[in-house]
This record gives sequence, C-alpha cells and structure tokens, in this order.
Amino acid sequence: MNEQAADVIIVGGGFMGAATAFFLRQRGRSVILLERGLIGQQASGVNFGNVRRQGRHICQLPLANRSRAIWGRLSELIGEDAEFLKTGHLRIGYRPEHIGMMEAYRDASDPYGLDLELISANQLRQRFPFLGPEAIVGSFAPHDGHANPRLAAPAFGRAARRAGATVVENAEVDTIDKVSTDFLVQTKDGRRFRAPAVQISAGAWGNRLSTRFGEPVPMIVKGPQMGVTEAVPYALTPVLGVSTKDKLEAIYLRQVTRGNIVFGGTGHGPADLDTIRARVDPAVTLHQFTQLTRFVPALAALRIIRVWSGIEGYMDDDVPVMGPSAKVPGLFYAFGFCGAGFQLGPGVGDVMAELIDTGHTSTPIEPFHISRFAAS
Amino acid sequence: MADPRIVIVGAGPAGTRAAETLVAAGLRPIVVNEAAASGGQIYRRQPPGFTRSAETLYGTEASRATAVHATFDGLVGKIEYRPETLAWNVQDGALHILHGVQASRLPFDALIIATGATDRVMPLPGWTLPGVYSLGASQIALKAQGCAIGRRVAFMGTGPLLYLVASQYVKAGAAVVAVLDTSPLSARLRALPLMAARPDVLLKGVGVMLRLRRAGVPIHLGITPVAIEGDGEVALLRATAANGTALEIACDAVGIGYHLRSETQLADLAGCTLAFDAASHQWLPVLDQDGRASVAGIYLAGDGGRILGADGAETAGKLAAYAALADLGRTVPDADIEKLRSSQRRMDRFRRGLAIAFPWPAHLAAALPDETLVCRCEAITAGELRHVATALDAPEVNRAKAFSRVGMGRCQGRYCGLAGAEIVAAARGVGVEQVGRLRGQAPVRPLPIAARVDGA
Repeated sequence: MNEQAADVIIVGGGFMGAATAFFLRQRGRSVILLERGLIGQQASGVNFGNVRRQGRHICQLPLANRSRAIWGRLSELIGEDAEFLKTGHLRIGYRPEHIGMMEAYRDASDPYGLDLELISANQLRQRFPFLGPEAIVGSFAPHDGHANPRLAAPAFGRAARRAGATVVENAEVDTIDKVSTDFLVQTKDGRRFRAPAVQISAGAWGNRLSTRFGEPVPMIVKGPQMGVTEAVPYALTPVLGVSTKDKLEAIYLRQVTRGNIVFGGTGHGPADLDTIRARVDPAVTLHQFTQLTRFVPALAALRIIRVWSGIEGYMDDDVPVMGPSAKVPGLFYAFGFCGAGFQLGPGVGDVMAELIDTGHTSTPIEPFHISRFAAS
Repeated sequence: MADPRIVIVGAGPAGTRAAETLVAAGLRPIVVNEAAASGGQIYRRQPPGFTRSAETLYGTEASRATAVHATFDGLVGKIEYRPETLAWNVQDGALHILHGVQASRLPFDALIIATGATDRVMPLPGWTLPGVYSLGASQIALKAQGCAIGRRVAFMGTGPLLYLVASQYVKAGAAVVAVLDTSPLSARLRALPLMAARPDVLLKGVGVMLRLRRAGVPIHLGITPVAIEGDGEVALLRATAANGTALEIACDAVGIGYHLRSETQLADLAGCTLAFDAASHQWLPVLDQDGRASVAGIYLAGDGGRILGADGAETAGKLAAYAALADLGRTVPDADIEKLRSSQRRMDRFRRGLAIAFPWPAHLAAALPDETLVCRCEAITAGELRHVATALDAPEVNRAKAFSRVGMGRCQGRYCGLAGAEIVAAARGVGVEQVGRLRGQAPVRPLPIAARVDGA
C-alpha cells in the first residue's frame, strides 16, 4: 500500500491539532493531520466556549495573549469568526476573602495587559443588575469573550485543508514507530504515513501515546457538566463566572446572541477513554440549578433543554503538556489542557508550528514541558 | 427479601396493562405519568366537568377505552401512582423524575417504558403558519376540549390517523374541506396481504373511509404537498394531485401528520441499543419478542418500542410485565404468554403492512425548497442543512446538528429529526440509515431551573 509523506504528521485533530496544521501550512511546511473521528468532535467541540485569560495561571498568560490576538483576526485568517465575541468576562466573589484574591490576581496579571477592573458591590449592582445579592465583588476583563466550540476547531481544519494540509478523518492511529530519522505512522485500517516530525495532540488520549515513548504523565480524565437553556432575549453580555476555591459553587455561564444561556461547572462526571463516552450526572445538573439562581436569580424562570459532556484530560498540576519530547527527537506534544484549552487553541497551534518549524518559540512554554514529570 | 421495585413510565394502554399484570402478581409498581389522568393519548380523558360519552369520544374504540380506564381506576391503592410527573432522565438504575419543581430519583429493579408515540411530521413551505397543527394535536383539541382547529379544516399526510381524525371532525360537526394523502392506492393494495393479519382493524379503516365519502369529504390519494399559504394565517393548501393537476384547497386550518414516531428518548438515555428499522424509516430500540431491551432490567411496551396501535400496546404491556417478573425470578403463565406473543406477531405483520400502505414520504424531504424551515425551534432551513451536509462536509446528523443547530432547540429533534436526517442523506447521496440518528440527551423535556431536589 502507498505511503504518504510530509514534513509533519499530527496525531489528533482537535483544536490544537487543527490549529497546528493550519499554522504549519502558513509556514510552508507540508502536514498530514490524522483524526480518529471528525475534526474537533471531542472536548474541542463540546466545551463551554470561553475565550478567557482572566484567572489563568500567570505562566500561561503569554501564550493566552498570543492566542487572544489570533481570536481577533479569525475572519481574515481562516475565513470565519466561529462566533467569537469580545463581550468581556466578569468574575464575581461571594465572600470578603475574594476581594483580596482578586486584587492579588489583578496585580500579578497587570504586566500582561488584561486590564482587569475590580468592581465594588454597589457598582456591580448598577452595571450588572441581574446579579444576585450575594455577589460582593467583581473582576471585569474587558478584552475576554466567548466563541462557539462546535465551529472553531472544524473551521481551522477546513482552513488547513484549503491551505494544502492533508486532513484525514476517520483515521485511528494504530502504531507510531521511529525508523532512523523518520516516524512511520500506521492507522488501524492500514494506511501508512511518514514524516521526520510528529505532534501528539490527542487530548485526553495523549497520555496513552506519550506513554508509548516512555513519557507517561499523571493525567486523569473526566467530563465537564454542561447545559443550555431555552432561548430568551439577549441580556447577559459578559461571560460570567464565580471566583471561588469551593468547587461546588464554581458555576459559569454565557448567553449567545441567539438567546440560549450555556452553563457548566460545580463538578465533573465520569468519562471513559475506551467507549469514548462521558456522561452528565443528573445530580450535578440539579445542583447547578441552585448555583445558577444564586448567581443570577432571574434564571429561575427559565428551563434547560439539553445537557452534555465531553472527555477532558487533567494534569495533576493543572498545567498542560506542550513542547518537544524529552526523549525522542522530532516528537512534540500538545495535550492535557485541563479543561481550559479552548481559548489557547489558536495560540497553541501558532506556537507549536513555530517550534516545529524553527526549533524554538518566541513565547515561553518551558513550564509546560513534559520533562517536569520525568524526575518522579 | 423486599419486593422488587418496578417503575412504569406512562399510563396509556401499555402502562395500564403492565401495572395490572404486576399488581396481579402481588407487586406494587410505581407508575409515573406525565399527564394528570391515565389513558395516554389514544384514550385521553376529557377534563373534569366535560360530559361527552365514551362513544362520542372514542367511537368504535369506546369499549376498549372504557376498559383501560376502568382497569387503571381499579389499581388505585394498589400502585404508587405519580401523575403530572415528568421522567426526564434515566441513569445507573434510577429514573429521574420531576413533579412541579420537586425533583427526585427513583431507583428501580426493572423499568417498563411505555411512553407512546408522537406525530411524525414532514415540513413543507408554510407549515409554521398559525393554523397548522399536527394530526395528534388536532385530535387532542377535539378530545380534550371539544374544539376544532378551524372552521374549514383540511387534513394532509398519511396513515390511519389521517382518516380517523378527519372522520372524528366530521362527526363532531366540523367542516372538513379535504383529506390529502401522499400514499397512492397501489401501496394500499400491495399492503393488503400483511394487513389482512387484522381483518377487524382493516374493516374499521374501510368504515372510516366510507363515512368520510358519505359526508362528501373529497379524498385525494397519491398527492404531492406543495405549500400552505396565507397572510399571517392559513388560507390555502396547495398540492399536486396524482394525475398532475394542481389542487388548491381554501381552508383556515390544516392538520398534518405522517403516521407516528416512537418516543425512544428514555431507552436511549438508559443506554439501550437502537437499530434502523427499514419498514418505518426510524431508529428503534432493539427488543426481544417480550419487550426486553439490550440493557438488563429495561423493557419497552407499546408505541414507544413499535407502533402497534392501542390494542397492540395493551398486549405489549402485559408481555413486558411478565418479562420483568420472569427476570426477577417470579413464576409466569407460559401458556398465556405464548398466546400474547402470537397476537403480537399478528400485530407486527399488520404494522409492516401499514408501513407499506402509508409510507413515510422520504422523497419529499429531498425535494423541499431550500428556504423551507426544517427546524422550527432554531429556525433553520433545508438549504442551511444541505449546506452543512455538503459544503461543511457533515457526514451524519449529529455533525450536521453541531454545525447548523438543527435539532438543538426545545424539541431536541423530536419533530425535525426524521425529516432532517432525510435531507442530510439526500444531500450526500446516501441512504438515511447511513447518516445515523440524533443521540439522545437529557432532559427528555425542558427542565425548569427552579427544580429542586426533594428535601434539599
């Protein structure tokens, strides 16, 4: 059977893989993107859709900034905007200690241009009259926003294909072997591909592949618990989230211009890598209701029409795996984004393409290197 | 050992007979019913204070309806009855229910799903105009409230309900201006050998047709729907007759429906395997002859599993209850069960005959003009759906839903899903079984955010 060759093979066509393929083509590199199912069908397609920098680890902000700049140029880059809206992102706190936490984060993130604005209780009520009485402090990120996860990764996949990438769907990778300086990749249906560089961007399945190269990582998989209401007039402009260390009150929501309110948070459900299924726990949905109405009391008048989940990979230090392999030359990783990869997607693609193309990155990604797990 | 806990969803003919069978075996099942009163859709009871006779309400089926009602009423005190209660999810051996805003979890040893069917609709230009109803809704208006959907009513679609509702309207004194059937007479003749499995029902069907003819209602077979037109409300129904001439029916209301579709959401949420049924063009739970689904402890009875009609549902309810009892180690009457099975085989022959006589007109979906709304909830047109199926390369319906929003609204694809699948399949040039089915997602119906867990 014929073998297809390229400069780079990407294993995994989620947001990271699709964006990397696109930006590699921008750099003139030939690329084959192999996806087990359809592009952006797993966690990339079913997440909350937050384009949020506020609240991220400070070490992620340079990468998040690079990504944010691309979000603003999506239409010119890939020909569609994936419904990206710069609506701002508002986090609120329920208790006095949250004021200090928000101030500390504002100060630490200040060099990165998030322009966070802390808002007192009275001002909160004036500017966001839909908030419940328990919110006593807010932190507003004016440049953050949201987009449609069902559209974003597939749009990058199509743009990559238009730009000359070989995008192969329904291609489940079976073996990846390093032979001399090349990698030979074979799919379960027997197709063969060859390239001197391979990127593993297989999301929650990333650990299974890195383990084959002697680089297991401490990852657990779980499913976000999402839901959406019936459509009502567009009124909640910013993306909303509760800033808290108490997971049970950590609800987040956004309204799309069509009118539906998408929400998630307060817990995760089981996810299974083998059956490729993640479930929504009905108890979590019912608990979310209590937190939704606590946050925005008027939501009590609405009904939800659908819940869903996905399969996300979480690292034990809550930091993704991104960069070159510590063991195998030519092998690169971009997975394990801990439920917070959507905003980063375009930036990860841009940075990984730069890394694979030039051997270095202009954005610091050392904190994400897989070698951090090697010592233990 | 405590008695096994058996939950029945639905109190129509199937749910009623299942409950009766379990009570007779000495158990006290829980019956969850979305409606206030038992009877289901087919034997829907009139609201308190209405005094029409059973004969007026149910026609030739009056004695069956009365018997089902009486059986259910006789179970009071012997079952745990939960009316006005929505079964919104099922997971890990428990049914999740909602009564008002009280949410609770019902663990079960066996779950009998008897959730019935809904109308099967096919979009056409103008079908969202005020004055267009489904056949089922037209019938409910009459049965529950004694109202007609209009003063000059046309009915269009196919299937037994088309004629039944039209004749009920005639009997109630409404002006039925026409009955338009997409199925040709030849299909009916081809189906005769199978439909002969139930000569009594066949005869009743002929009787309904004759009554319509005698009342002077024009009946057109083998028509092709064109559009429903009007300025803000229904004024005209346009179709093409079998001989190619244009039909223009002046009317102020239209009832449409193409036989029925099974309500399979709970079975889907429970993880039961569904398979494409070529006869009905629908994905149906895989069941054994007694109604066992692929997941242990889950049973389906009635139209929610197969469209066998009301008397088939009664039999299915008994069979599912016996199956649950047998699986729980109880002794069951094998001879009786064999008779019930034999009856169901006859009903299933008839069901396959009906599917031939009154086929789902899949070709109409392929021919819909691009600007026709397919998904009412999200206002998505046939053209938009075709665009995602072709230009955006969505190979199956869940991908098409993700890209276009078809099936993402309040009905969750229960009304647009079947036509949507046909449009995707036609646009991609493949069989409808190749484009899959919309995966079920909770809640089964919109769930109020005001809902709170019992006692919390």
